[in-house]
Amino acid sequence: MATTYRRKPTKAELRRQQMEEVVLYPLDWLEERSGLVGGIKYFLFRKVPSDVNWMQTLGSAALTAFLVQAITGVILAMYYVPSAATDPHTGKPVAWESIVNISDNLTMGWLVRGMHRWGASVFIILMFLHMGRVFLFGAYKYPRELNWIVGVLILVMGMMEGFTGYLLPWDQTAYWATVVGINLNGTAPILGPWLAQFLRGGQAISGDTLTRFYSLHMLVIPAAIIGLITLHLYLVVRLGVTSPPWSKDAAGGEPEEEEEASLRPGLTRPVPRPAGASPMQAEPGGRE
Amino acid sequence: MEPEQPSPDTEQESLHEEAHLPSPTLWPIGFAIGIVVVLVGLIINPLLISTVGAVIAIVFGFLWARDATAELRGQTVVVEPERREPKKADQAPAAPPGAEEGAALPPVSRSVFLEGATLGLGAVIGAVITVPVAGFAVLPSFLRQELSKVDLGPISAFPVGRWFIATFVLDPAEGEVSRRTAFVRNNGTVANPEKPSEQVPSFTIISNHCVHLGCPVQANGPTGSILGEPTVHEHTANGPVQFVPVVPAGYGCPCHGGQYDPEGNRIAGPPVRALDRYAFEIDHGRLVLLGTYSVSHVVGTGGQAKIYKYKQAGPGQHVDGPEQWFYPLQPTQN
Repeated sequence: MATTYRRKPTKAELRRQQMEEVVLYPLDWLEERSGLVGGIKYFLFRKVPSDVNWMQTLGSAALTAFLVQAITGVILAMYYVPSAATDPHTGKPVAWESIVNISDNLTMGWLVRGMHRWGASVFIILMFLHMGRVFLFGAYKYPRELNWIVGVLILVMGMMEGFTGYLLPWDQTAYWATVVGINLNGTAPILGPWLAQFLRGGQAISGDTLTRFYSLHMLVIPAAIIGLITLHLYLVVRLGVTSPPWSKDAAGGEPEEEEEASLRPGLTRPVPRPAGASPMQAEPGGRE
Repeated sequence: MEPEQPSPDTEQESLHEEAHLPSPTLWPIGFAIGIVVVLVGLIINPLLISTVGAVIAIVFGFLWARDATAELRGQTVVVEPERREPKKADQAPAAPPGAEEGAALPPVSRSVFLEGATLGLGAVIGAVITVPVAGFAVLPSFLRQELSKVDLGPISAFPVGRWFIATFVLDPAEGEVSRRTAFVRNNGTVANPEKPSEQVPSFTIISNHCVHLGCPVQANGPTGSILGEPTVHEHTANGPVQFVPVVPAGYGCPCHGGQYDPEGNRIAGPPVRALDRYAFEIDHGRLVLLGTYSVSHVVGTGGQAKIYKYKQAGPGQHVDGPEQWFYPLQPTQN
């Protein structure tokens, strides 16, 4: 729109311009009312050091693994039945049968359950690799200590997801692994026996343990992880990405003052503004 | 924007002088408390508590009415106009009222009061919701944990001195998940320690839960098919009960290698004490299991064994020695 043509635009150029209008109109509509487009651009199109490398994608990879777990988990919850009762027809536990049903009978159930089952390990492994990268790059140092702490909490929550999810197939492995896991917690001094009994929902593992672990696994802990990831990303955006330790960029240098592309109103089209206007006026949503 | 409202600070003094507001009073609050007491009393004790509430409501209602009609009855009402001293230029506008210490009654501005009221009410609402939810999440694990008795059938079915691997369902309502295994031996009869002239039946009943981390220990030794002895099946109040004859040289745990002797004493590996045992009673000639208890160690064998008995503790928890101080309080067990 703002482009000035030296010659008369061709038909193709005009059509292209019209298409742009059609695509951009709803985005501009949204942007003017919510600032969401600018917000997303601010979040995604950030300046990073010039010498970042692939190691710095491990955090995003772990986030992707978490999203895979969340999505496949929601679908699995549509078919899984957390019941320790015995099916009167087969004499087998209902929970275990529902898992067999997902794997053997439901279309693509084997795939989605496999994604969830193996993705769990991928999530944990990626978190550890990400943690190793942050440690080796020294990216946990001032002012990012708090983000290290938040990251450790996410790791702990991820392991709790693993522990609670392991019981759900309700087979011998699940049962005895949970017996051992809960009894390990029970050996903690002072409050250990109380923690163990709380986790079991009683003195022994029972159907109450299964439903309680199911609730923790699909509601409580994921909610906590989502909250912690939000905080983690907020701190990443606020504090920026670190250079690798071998970076030639001087550490602690102030970045050059530059106009942020994402702060422009409109998606792709710079709106001309009077000279000397403060940048604040050009902020998304700041237009009247 | 609507026409500007006069803020309290800029309000004209004259407005106050014309206003005929009743003087502030606390009587309605007392009246409301009286009504609440009446209603509570209707549930708890209509005769006593509701009467007290009615008296409170009537007294405060009277005082309230008297106050509200004071003007009509010709009494002068002292109305304190809401004044604001003009602010001095050097006074910081954001200075919180009441910040000066020593003031008898620090003035609380409207915004501070509303802020406090919002936070306070929010905290009260939060507590009203959180307390029952947290209680429901935690307390059922600890309260009303009932003792299940298990009927293992007539004691005549147990030949003296022979071991059996007994499997049974602890709570038929709970189903297969409460299936338990115990090693049972009839020790014959021994003298009652309280009345030495009397002979009472003695059983050794060892739980198969490893006291390392709770895996199922196995008997080390030949069982039914190798011994050529049949498995005994019985039907009791707890459903089917199965007894597999066994000659154990001890017990071993498949998970982490803990080893025990036939009396349940730890002889190797990570366990911290001897295997737990079931308390039992003989009810009309039938062997009935009660709850389990923990054992630090056993001296001797069979009916003459000295069992160092402790309150049931979880696997991996020491019941004797200095380490027992790590576990001073156990949740109530059967």
